[in-house]
Amino acid sequence: MSAPGCGAPDFAGAGCSRFLHPQNITMQQHDDTSATTPQDAYERERLDNVHPADWRNPQPAGRYSLVVVGAGTAGLVAAHAAAALGAKVALIERNLLGGDCLNVGCVPSKALIRTSRVYAEMRRAEQYGAQTPDDVRVDFPAAMKHMRGIRARISRADSVRRLVAAGVDVFFGQARFTGTDTLTVDGTRLRFKKALIATGARPDTPSIPGLVEAGYLTNENVFDLTALPRRLLVVGGGPLGCELAQAFCRFGAQTIIAQRWPLFLPQEERDAAQLLSDAFARDGIEVRLNTDVVRVRVEAGQTLVDLVSDDYQSTVAVDAILVGTGRLPNVEGLDMGAAGVDCDAATGVRVNDFLQTSNPLIYAAGDACLEHKFTHTADASARIVVRNALFLGRQRLSALTIPWCTYTDPEIAHVGLYVRQARERGIPVKTFTIPMHDVDRAIADGEETGFVKIHIKERTDRILGATIVASHAGEMINEITLAMVAGIGLGTLASVIHAYPTQADAIKKAADAYNRTRLTPTIRWLLRRWLKG
Amino acid sequence: MTVTGQPPMTEQTLDQLQHAAFSYFLLAVNPANGLIADTTRDHSPASIGVVGFALSAYPIAVERGWMTRADAVERSLATLRFFRDSDQSGSPEATGYKGFYYHFLDMHTGARVWRSELSTIDTALLIAGALTAGRYFAEKTPEETELRALVETLYLRVDWRWSQGGLATIRQGWKPESGFLNYGWDGYNESIVLYVLALGSPTHSIAGDSFEAWTATYQWENLYGYEFLYAGPLFIHQFSHAWIDFRGIQDRFMREKGCDYFENSRRATYVQREYARRNPHGFAGYDESSWGVTACDGPSHQEPELTDEPRRLFGYAARGVPYGPDDGTLCGWAALASLPFAPELVLGTARTMLDRYPENLSNLQYASSFNPTISRDDKRAWVSAGLFGLDQGIVVMMIENHRTQLIWRLMRDCPYVGAGLRRAGFRGGWL
Repeated sequence: MSAPGCGAPDFAGAGCSRFLHPQNITMQQHDDTSATTPQDAYERERLDNVHPADWRNPQPAGRYSLVVVGAGTAGLVAAHAAAALGAKVALIERNLLGGDCLNVGCVPSKALIRTSRVYAEMRRAEQYGAQTPDDVRVDFPAAMKHMRGIRARISRADSVRRLVAAGVDVFFGQARFTGTDTLTVDGTRLRFKKALIATGARPDTPSIPGLVEAGYLTNENVFDLTALPRRLLVVGGGPLGCELAQAFCRFGAQTIIAQRWPLFLPQEERDAAQLLSDAFARDGIEVRLNTDVVRVRVEAGQTLVDLVSDDYQSTVAVDAILVGTGRLPNVEGLDMGAAGVDCDAATGVRVNDFLQTSNPLIYAAGDACLEHKFTHTADASARIVVRNALFLGRQRLSALTIPWCTYTDPEIAHVGLYVRQARERGIPVKTFTIPMHDVDRAIADGEETGFVKIHIKERTDRILGATIVASHAGEMINEITLAMVAGIGLGTLASVIHAYPTQADAIKKAADAYNRTRLTPTIRWLLRRWLKG
Repeated sequence: MTVTGQPPMTEQTLDQLQHAAFSYFLLAVNPANGLIADTTRDHSPASIGVVGFALSAYPIAVERGWMTRADAVERSLATLRFFRDSDQSGSPEATGYKGFYYHFLDMHTGARVWRSELSTIDTALLIAGALTAGRYFAEKTPEETELRALVETLYLRVDWRWSQGGLATIRQGWKPESGFLNYGWDGYNESIVLYVLALGSPTHSIAGDSFEAWTATYQWENLYGYEFLYAGPLFIHQFSHAWIDFRGIQDRFMREKGCDYFENSRRATYVQREYARRNPHGFAGYDESSWGVTACDGPSHQEPELTDEPRRLFGYAARGVPYGPDDGTLCGWAALASLPFAPELVLGTARTMLDRYPENLSNLQYASSFNPTISRDDKRAWVSAGLFGLDQGIVVMMIENHRTQLIWRLMRDCPYVGAGLRRAGFRGGWL
């Protein structure tokens, strides 16, 4: 496997990302910050898995049962699932198999977050009765190398060889629709009975004067850094911005988050945002709310960013700017009009509740069409498409119960309705709250920051939703999701034995609290009478 | 004995504390215009919210013999005349706009200072104080007749509808430089009195569904075994109650929950005690007889002797339970201000805190806060410097509401309050 580069013929017409073209990375070089991924063994393994340099596209089959455009999570899941069920499947990818999640999203960010947690724990070792090392030196290149190793290992699951072994025809190149049931890949024509658009999304960069000239990072190139920026400004307070802000701060970068919204994490419960805001302050992150980035200037080699909050103006000097202000669906360059597929540049491919586009032969899944741009929703929507497109299924997107998690420390996880949404729908709602400082295992772990809040419909035990803030909230939310999907009420969860001590015991405590509310004065009186008798 | 097992605070001590708190308004006033300083610290500007507490406190002082009626009327008139005649142009140096007033004013000129916002909640506190005075000074003397006319003028000219900025809920403020702040009064907080006054106005009322829009952000929680409308800082459960008697009256939300806001504040008081009993951060001085986490001054790394303090400190912040922020700072006044809701708990707690931390008071006046975890060399707790007018005002009013319900009775007879409550959907009880 040769090292990838622009000379590799298969990349030339495949719309390669900046990831593969270090010279295209627009990040301005300040101090020792750099953004060129070392082409080490890990990178060679990953690229060999997700886009081999010597790859040759196969000859197309006559007419595919399913052609999948885009090999991110949604595309890979659909291709594997359809092929496993006997369908003839073609999968088209213009860049890297695995999409954002594997290459520039979930996987590398989680690896970095883990390393940054280690540093944070080393610094507060005395809190656990251990000795803080005399000299906690951050080795940023080692952290990045560790990340690359994990990314390479996980890329094996998304490899082209696995797809081929599953019977999928893999085409690297740019897809363009040429009719209602045809498309081309770099000039090669493919016919399909059904097609799936799973082209994902990309960073939505705000139009800030001077930003492009000064250079900036997004999720697409931040994992290429080989040196830690000394001063980092994160623009936008969304999940990615928060996660990486905390990780980089823990690596030692002076970090500021500037966000336009007046409230921190405006979509989340206020208490969740309060706790995370507090945790960020403890880490040393400066959060500037209600703040617009109005201009970026480079003066005497120094990047200066002008900020405005109401009538207060300020300027900060930074070494890198990370933009995390949302994502835009990838709907350009596909000639969707030729296939009769409606789309919008901001909201993506228009689909109905069955994920069918305006062309009944063509479906969409994942970030290209969904509001909730998560890997697991991409996965779930792809499975819906396989059933609906190939097996006359009528499964609805709206029937999904979708949890999500922001992997900060503490993590914030949510599923179902927020209280506000329930009240807007006229559903009377009550919340059972267990602070993590009431959970033995959280106390033992020194991870008391957070809570479990489970929302139920008044006078029933039906779970409407839940928010969990905890060190491992992402793991804990799955129990609530299971209960909601299976129709298990909060009262029943009280009878589920939870291993002791675990942090998930907080969920049982909430269920116990619910059961105590069922002890009305009348029932209490009857119980006393019974016990006396 | 109280539920904490402590002997309760005596009636005599309560009287002394209330009188001492009232004396703040005599100390911090500019008699020429009635403005009251926000704090006793050097160069403090006036706070319009504190003026509202002062206007409510003068009737109490008359009733308790601390001030003659004539003196109280004179002070109230000076205050109300100043606001009537103040610059309402909304310019950066004016006093107000659209009947609202900037949060902080120069003590002498009454002009806006600190580039402060035109504050909707603090204007509401000011107007609530004015309405209290209007109800109490009901005699047909020329002075009291003028006083009542001034109150009408000030209340009726407040353009509450404008303060929504075209949105469903009232905005927190407005600045001449940048317009409305991006923050609304969302989620349960101290602003019921703001909504009631805004709904009761016969001239510039907000839409009836505004209250519903606000309460749509409420959260009813079961926490530590108590079910209540959640808000973290204790003052949120107190400020609107200083004027409005919520016993037995219910809006749609409270009818649904089988509760009322008074009972809710009682439960919130018990939640404070439960939090202090658990004391998850291990702060000194927290237990079931010592609590009171709320918005207040607090220790800060800006202070020279605390620059090296390893703990996180929040300075002036809206502290709350159970999610913080909490840096070990307690407010004796906040515990005492819950007296009407849970006397069986508060009387013992207030006495215990007084006995343990006498440094928290000077001349029987509560400091904004104290922090036993940040103790000084002499082992005494860190104590906030000076006095804050809001703290003194809430102590005066809540002790009075506990003792005689004077303010509640006055405001129950205020037609604007009644109309506002009814438009907000309140029914039952005295209403």
